[in-house]
Amino acid sequence: MRRRVLLAAVALLPATAHALDVASLRFDQLYKSFGVRGYEFSDTLLSLKGKPVAMKGYMAPPLKPESHFFVLTGQPLALCPFCQSDADWPADIVVIYLKSAAPMLSGGDPVLVSGRLEVGSWTDPETGFVSQIRIVDASFRRG
Amino acid sequence: MKSVAASCIAGALAVVASAVAPVGAQTIYPIDRAEILAGSRFDLKVEFPGAPDQAAARVTINGQDPASVLGQSAMFTPNEDGGDYSAYWIRGASIPKAGKYTVEATVGDRKSSVVWEVFDTGAPKAKNVILFIGDGMSIAHRTAARILSKGIVQGRYGGDLAMDDMPYMALVSTAGTDSIVTDSANSMSAYTTGHKSCVNALGVYCARNKNTLDHPKVETIAEVVKRLRGLSVGVVTTTEIEDATPAGMVAHTRRRSDYNDIVKMFFAVQPDVMMGGGSPNFLAKSTPGSKRTDEDNYIKKFEDAGYKFVSTKTELEAANGAGKVLGLFNTGNVDGALDRYFLKKGGVTRFPDQPDLTDQVKASLDILSKNDKGFVLMVESGRIDKYAHSLDWERSVYDTIMLDNAVKLAKDFAASRNDTLVIVVPDHAHPVSLVGTYDDKRPGQQLRDKLGIYAEAGFPDYPAANGQGYPDKVDVSRRLAFVFGAFPDYCDTGRPYLEGENVPAVTGATKETFVANEKYCTTPGAVRRTGNLPFEAGQGVHSGDDVLLTAMGPGAEQFRGRIDNTRVFRVMATALGLAPGSGQ
Repeated sequence: MRRRVLLAAVALLPATAHALDVASLRFDQLYKSFGVRGYEFSDTLLSLKGKPVAMKGYMAPPLKPESHFFVLTGQPLALCPFCQSDADWPADIVVIYLKSAAPMLSGGDPVLVSGRLEVGSWTDPETGFVSQIRIVDASFRRG
Repeated sequence: MKSVAASCIAGALAVVASAVAPVGAQTIYPIDRAEILAGSRFDLKVEFPGAPDQAAARVTINGQDPASVLGQSAMFTPNEDGGDYSAYWIRGASIPKAGKYTVEATVGDRKSSVVWEVFDTGAPKAKNVILFIGDGMSIAHRTAARILSKGIVQGRYGGDLAMDDMPYMALVSTAGTDSIVTDSANSMSAYTTGHKSCVNALGVYCARNKNTLDHPKVETIAEVVKRLRGLSVGVVTTTEIEDATPAGMVAHTRRRSDYNDIVKMFFAVQPDVMMGGGSPNFLAKSTPGSKRTDEDNYIKKFEDAGYKFVSTKTELEAANGAGKVLGLFNTGNVDGALDRYFLKKGGVTRFPDQPDLTDQVKASLDILSKNDKGFVLMVESGRIDKYAHSLDWERSVYDTIMLDNAVKLAKDFAASRNDTLVIVVPDHAHPVSLVGTYDDKRPGQQLRDKLGIYAEAGFPDYPAANGQGYPDKVDVSRRLAFVFGAFPDYCDTGRPYLEGENVPAVTGATKETFVANEKYCTTPGAVRRTGNLPFEAGQGVHSGDDVLLTAMGPGAEQFRGRIDNTRVFRVMATALGLAPGSGQ
């Protein structure tokens, strides 16, 4: 039921008019191995580098009510990494940079993000946050 | 009542002017009643509120210039960190001679004072110390571990745990300088430095410094034994190696989550054996999976410093003969015994060849015992606490049994020699208890219908334990009713979590709130529990209850009655005879 509503909503929105060109990417497709000495990006991920992708996940508890930046996680976070000093991010996160700042949602609801995939180490000059996988020029909606 | 208490304090401290000084009196670190190992290093810091000039502020120790007593010169910083106070510092101080030391800080007519006890140790009684930490291991964990691994018939257990069968015992109080309830940083710091501190702090007092690494430091036992005695040091855990308990051996930070700095501190101290999880903070930031913010590759740095790096149980076994070992077996915490041996959940698929704590302890003892001068080995079963936070008692109890298996190895090592002090102690408690059994055969549909109490509880029907002390099944028809006294909103199934560690609550719609994780609410018989914790707590919490210590070997006889957690450091330091001129 919920899915059907979502599809209807997507069909109405011009931003996702190119839905057919957009590859969907899942959290379990990001890496092919998780070694102690480092992870290996999956072939799927590398083949989508620089291309438009859509990804479903959960918005981690945001720092500010409105932002151009948030962290997408595969599972709803049981901890708030910003709230508790001993908490830490899960290993497989995707950092989302929005086209324009938008009001943030709570961590409990899934979101669908679309934008251009970036892969490789990058340090946000503003926050110092280091990421490996990003979706930039992104937009999102409740998923 | 309040005035009685106030007058008692004033009477007891009549000679201490700070008791009657106005709010905003000078603060002195180390604090009043600090116990300091003679010859150990610490930072003296005095904070003068109102930012007086150096000329107006005066500090003395036993009436003398602190620089002459401590052997280091003082620094004075007006408006430190831009704050409305001035800071007087003597960093890296030490006092070789035991005794009472009164520190006075005066500005105008305002005087504060503290008294330190600098303690001697006498000659060494023990060559080695093995300190086992059951993180968060409360009495109920211990009792449940005994029931599951030894069995119980007509009220008698089939045997003792290895940690039960030790000649000395003490009740340990865990409170910190700031609270009746401690965390694993502050509590471990008390064991490794002999100084109490505050929540989140490791190897420092909690002063007003803005930078988490600038707070007044106290030396850890790992640093002391390496610097003064040339002992080997081992740090072994099932958590990330940067987590509070293992970090407590080497770290000096106000904030336990400074993982990247803590890796650097491990490298500075260079424990001869380091084992646990948490590899991402060792990897250069350009490596996928890294959590560092710089390009330092600490696995390579340790290898270059002569360490054998191992990442699996097989590699660890093959490293026999190495002089120094760094073992990182998981990117996160090492998986617990229930997942590794039975359920194959958690990270077991990604990391199928993780060692058991017993493998780690065996390898550590082989390496460390090569040092003729002796060693200090810290071993933590860290997920007893993690799983208690996630209200997943079966996983906690399996890791309590795992700890006990490791204790058995250490006891066997110590039994063949009379030179090793073995201590088993939790760092804090959780509010947990055994109240009966859940029996599927009891009439009724609700979870509380299934709960047998008093005579109705009887005994659970877990199968007899295997050779390692683990029952091979936890989802039995009559299970322990192991309850949590403090929790967020969650759905209680009264059953083990066979599909992976429990996640009782998830972030809610309102900022910094948590709601029940609905995935458990549809389990037949599950009951929705309204949380009794503040809304910002998303999991179980620590409690301020005392914890039980058991010990054996030379020096262990000093444990008796109720002690403060700082006494554990003092007993270890005394057993090893670490004070200057103690005969070594």
